[in-house]
Amino acid sequence: MFRPEDDPGPDFASVLRRLGLGPSAPPGAGAGPPPEVRHGTTIAAICYADGVVMAGDRRATAGSSIAHRAMEKVHPADRHSGIAVAGAAGFAMEMVRIFQLQLEHYEKVEGQALSLEGKANQLSQMVRGQLGMAMQGFVVVPLFAGYDLRRGVGRIYTYDPTGGRYEETDFHAEGSGGRDARTTIKLGWRADMDRASAIELAVRALWQAADEDSATGGPDAVRGIYPTVATITALGYAAVAEAEVAERFAAVLTAEHGGAPT
Amino acid sequence: MSMPWYVAPEQFMKDKADFARKNIARGRPLVAVVYDDGILICAENQSASLHKVSEIYDRIAFAGVGRYNEFDALRRSGVQHADIKGYQFSREDVDAQSLANLYAQYMGNVFTHEMKPLEVEILVAEVGHRPGDDQLFHILYDGSVVDEDRSTVLGGEADTIAARLERSFREDWSLAEAFAGATGALAGPDRSFVARDLEVAVLGRSDGRRAFRRVLGSELAELLEAADAGRVGAPDAEAGRSEEAEPG
Repeated sequence: MFRPEDDPGPDFASVLRRLGLGPSAPPGAGAGPPPEVRHGTTIAAICYADGVVMAGDRRATAGSSIAHRAMEKVHPADRHSGIAVAGAAGFAMEMVRIFQLQLEHYEKVEGQALSLEGKANQLSQMVRGQLGMAMQGFVVVPLFAGYDLRRGVGRIYTYDPTGGRYEETDFHAEGSGGRDARTTIKLGWRADMDRASAIELAVRALWQAADEDSATGGPDAVRGIYPTVATITALGYAAVAEAEVAERFAAVLTAEHGGAPT
Repeated sequence: MSMPWYVAPEQFMKDKADFARKNIARGRPLVAVVYDDGILICAENQSASLHKVSEIYDRIAFAGVGRYNEFDALRRSGVQHADIKGYQFSREDVDAQSLANLYAQYMGNVFTHEMKPLEVEILVAEVGHRPGDDQLFHILYDGSVVDEDRSTVLGGEADTIAARLERSFREDWSLAEAFAGATGALAGPDRSFVARDLEVAVLGRSDGRRAFRRVLGSELAELLEAADAGRVGAPDAEAGRSEEAEPG
């Protein structure tokens, strides 16, 4: 139990630091080129009428080989927000975990959740804390989106490795296939889309990214692996069922190529 | 040169215990009781923002009576302890028992070594995955722990309230029935509550990862209405009243 003068307050990261448990740079890092670690790739977020759709492919790569086929890159951050990550997978997963704990810890200690802006700023600090690792090649770039209960809108925040935080108004995509995904979304985006067309646009963007970028995984009908898609609305974060994503993919394939390859 | 007064250790401990008991008994009481789908915690509390009942972890809740600043500090350190343990190991490894032991150690230590004991009683409740696996740890000001598996009462008049609750208690009752039982026991025969007198929360067995939920607004109003309707029609309402009049 902390004495009152030592109490770190509602900040879980500083509780960890106080106990010497926080994530730290491994000794000897920085000597020589970075080892080939797993990387996660394309993630996207799109604003629509009820809130935000977030989506991410499932592939993790290590160099030119596929390291994992079913990695989840889109996660709930708390009830009304989600975080998606691209970059060095190990650090990215740790960032997601600490971020989730941070929001829940604050909510429990203080008795109410942080504002969406507050959550976005918290994540910015965590990305900046990662700067040393980014300089050594382990870049992690998150994408944060949530439903702002006070304003009644979905909002998207993007980050750069130095902790810079930028609010996007309509949509954004990150990662190695982010550029291709972004172009696709830009061409198809309309204000106040409904849920179905927003999900279809996200799925189409990932499909185009996978078409151009070897590190981005497309839909895998053989293994039954489809991208992670989630919606965040006034009702909270909800993962979109895999069957529905598969259905949307079939629709996209029919539209673009006149039928699904089987 | 004056000699310090000698006080026998028995007397010293007894004075401290009396001091703590007296101040805790002045506080408003709190009832925790299991029902078919979880644990109901019901406190008399007129403040909407200073909570007596709160969430510690996925399936664990905390409740305290007595001095607010003291049990709130205990609550915060419980959240910290649970979150750190869940981060270091796994979410499944966080359990009420180790938390209760930690609290008992701390409160026992303060009782023995400090001038002033903590003027609080706390409850650490954990809802199990199956009915019958629920745990209620009631920790007293001196660090002694009472382990219950169906109901417990904290604060002033605990024995009277516990006796009233015991009379209406049934295994596997629903939330509405448990609520009627708990508020009936808290109120006694001569009072009834309105929504702003109460702080109510449940640990729902089937509510997903975070089982803790506050019962507020329309849900609380409905429960109160059902409880009032039940009490008016209850055949043993009068019987309860006459028993209450007996001394003891």
